[in-house]
Amino acid sequence: MSFLDYAPAPESTAILSLKNEYGLFINGEFVDGNGTPFATISPATEKKIAMISSANEADVDRAVAAARAAYDNVWSRMSGSDRGKYLFRIARLVQERARELAVAESLDNGKPIKESRDVDVPLVAAWFFYYAGWADKLDHAGVGPNPASLGVAGQIIPWNFPLLMLAWKIAPALAAGNTVVLKPAETTSLTALLFAEILQQADLPAGVVNILTGAGATGSALVNHGDVNKIAFTGSTNVGRGIARAIAGTDKRVTLELGGKAANIVFDDAPIDQAIEGIVNGIFFNQGHVCCAGSRLLVQENIHDEVVDRLKQRLSTLRLGDPLDKNTDIGAVNSAAQLERIRTLSDIGEAEGAERWSPDCVLPSEGFWFAPTIFTNVSTSHRIAREEIFGPVLSVLTFRTPAEAIAKANNTPYGLSAGIWSDKGSRILAVADKLRAGVIWANTFNKFDPASPFGGYKESGYGREGGRHGLGAYLKPAGSVRQVPSAPAADLTTSAAPAELAATEVAAPAATEAATTKKKGTK
Amino acid sequence: MSRLAVPKTYKLYIGGKFPRSESGRTYEVTTRSGEFLANAAKASRKDARDAVVAARSAVSGWSGATPYNRGQVLYRIAELLEGRRVQFISEIEQSEGISIEAATAQVDEAIDRWVWYAGWADKYVQVAGNANPVSGPYFNLSVPEPTGVVAIVAPQKSSLLGLVSVVAPALVAGNTVVVIASEALPLSAISLSEVLATSDVPGGVVNILTGSPAEITPWLASHADVNALDLTGAGDLDWIDLEIAAAETLKRVLRPGGGADLAAPSLDRITALTETKTVWHTKSLI
Repeated sequence: MSFLDYAPAPESTAILSLKNEYGLFINGEFVDGNGTPFATISPATEKKIAMISSANEADVDRAVAAARAAYDNVWSRMSGSDRGKYLFRIARLVQERARELAVAESLDNGKPIKESRDVDVPLVAAWFFYYAGWADKLDHAGVGPNPASLGVAGQIIPWNFPLLMLAWKIAPALAAGNTVVLKPAETTSLTALLFAEILQQADLPAGVVNILTGAGATGSALVNHGDVNKIAFTGSTNVGRGIARAIAGTDKRVTLELGGKAANIVFDDAPIDQAIEGIVNGIFFNQGHVCCAGSRLLVQENIHDEVVDRLKQRLSTLRLGDPLDKNTDIGAVNSAAQLERIRTLSDIGEAEGAERWSPDCVLPSEGFWFAPTIFTNVSTSHRIAREEIFGPVLSVLTFRTPAEAIAKANNTPYGLSAGIWSDKGSRILAVADKLRAGVIWANTFNKFDPASPFGGYKESGYGREGGRHGLGAYLKPAGSVRQVPSAPAADLTTSAAPAELAATEVAAPAATEAATTKKKGTK
Repeated sequence: MSRLAVPKTYKLYIGGKFPRSESGRTYEVTTRSGEFLANAAKASRKDARDAVVAARSAVSGWSGATPYNRGQVLYRIAELLEGRRVQFISEIEQSEGISIEAATAQVDEAIDRWVWYAGWADKYVQVAGNANPVSGPYFNLSVPEPTGVVAIVAPQKSSLLGLVSVVAPALVAGNTVVVIASEALPLSAISLSEVLATSDVPGGVVNILTGSPAEITPWLASHADVNALDLTGAGDLDWIDLEIAAAETLKRVLRPGGGADLAAPSLDRITALTETKTVWHTKSLI
């Protein structure tokens, strides 16, 4: 019997009391959607969990109207300290129902329970707790005294960290005094709907948060809605591009957290035990469904063989299987479509000449699974070194000098994150200065904290979430009225009236509509 | 007997040099009443692309300069502007057809605004960045950095103040700039480039194009090596299409300005052209 054989230790689903079908959460109540309901399945078994409503344009209208009314009548008039108290309540309720949320997340998303239990859900509570305290301290948010909220925020989140991304979006928006219409990803609606129940338990005023389930068309309707003031999106760069096009010419602000192809740079003086764990965590955490995943390993040439050998040994000890099993390291891929993409790009990697390796690993017969995979002999022009795979696939490249490592790391249109492994502090600081990425981990990887801003350079999007910066993305300076560009422009005078800078902060989708709905100035 | 004046040839400013437009085109610049003032170079798509190449190659040097050095170099520009004050006043008086008092006020405000921005070079990081109290053994620091190459449409109804108001804030953080000057009032822009050429600003940090913003801006908006697009002076263009074009590479976009002062001085104008970098440094366990 090898050490990999073990008695299964599945987390019980008895803690869940799921409904057979879920409606949309609008104005504090669950209501039926007008679109065609769809099933949400467990990616580990392909079995149906529940039926989910789909919101059409009329539903989006309803939800935005509820959010607008709640903004005008309740939330924007409430004191910051009371808003904060609601957020503190939510944080506590998340902690109280943490196990239930973790089980639901692993069931619906396919991620290992040890990650949903120890990473996702604790961070959700932390996010609400952190921003709760900001709600009555907005003067210190960095946008000047007495800043104003933006209004109704439309938020669209991905399937890789369903509840965590919800927290990243909702907590700062509410703290700043905005109301929210949030659309979870089609394949992972479940925990957002459980969260709606938490909002009811918290007695949050109706309409402050509305949750619309549905597919891309629902998100597109939200992005293009004329009464939404801010779009916050996390997802693919392609959809982000579409959002940036769709909001062109409007007054909407936007933050976009998009794709990445992070370099994880290992120097020959790196603490090698920690580096191996960090590399594994960097790319195999959450099945590699992480926008900031360290998917390009840049290893100094003289330690390449040692690092690759040790990585292979370590991968051979990872347990792949039932996400609800407490021993599981690698869970299920979230959907058939994502599995197909990972397979396609991996096959291309092989065809382009890279050397493919996976540990011996029995994949379950049902569900969507992909064995952890390492490609060596990868060159910078290979598609597996350029495109985001969003799966448990690591591309290994080498370098000789710090300058070469920096050049290779920056050789991508993305710029979300990067890792540096070295025992030499001065080198870490110098390399970190030169990397064009929004988040850099030195001798660690994939660390997240509500106090720490997160977001990308270049085509990884714009704007930051987390920390004081993340709060500022939901605020504008006091008294700022967006100046309408089509207003007759007077000659420049020497008076320096405070003018709000109409910067677009982050991302949003729906390009074709943009051409017909575009308009100058305010809505 | 009056002396016959020696008129100036107005050219583009790209990579620290003064080329004519590669297209060979010029256009007539006149006073408000229509009298001939000069033939300005009418920049082409190729000129715009050359300017982006020059700007890109200047990024590492300019952004790598110390903040104190960048501040001094920017302040020196204000010194040189002050020395040429009379020239700018006279140019603006002629081309805008305004009183000498109004022209003087514009030049003085432009110089003062430049000084204000120069002083930010070694401070904006302290104000816009911070240490983050994360829950773990990490030293976590967020700092703003320049976004890279910024393409700018300068305000069209101002000779000098509008231009300074958009160029100076982009330079503070270490960005390099390709700016399209006012089409009708380009003379101060070229005189400004003479100031830049004789200051300590490295060639390529500021590149100034004269010509038609409607013709040139689309090439900059869609250029893959431009990081940000400042449309402050583009209110009269079809700027929505420019914003759409910029979305292709997810450029940071500043939408057109409004009101009397299209680009009032603000820290936001500096930070809007920066990226926040957050670094997690691991602390050892002792």
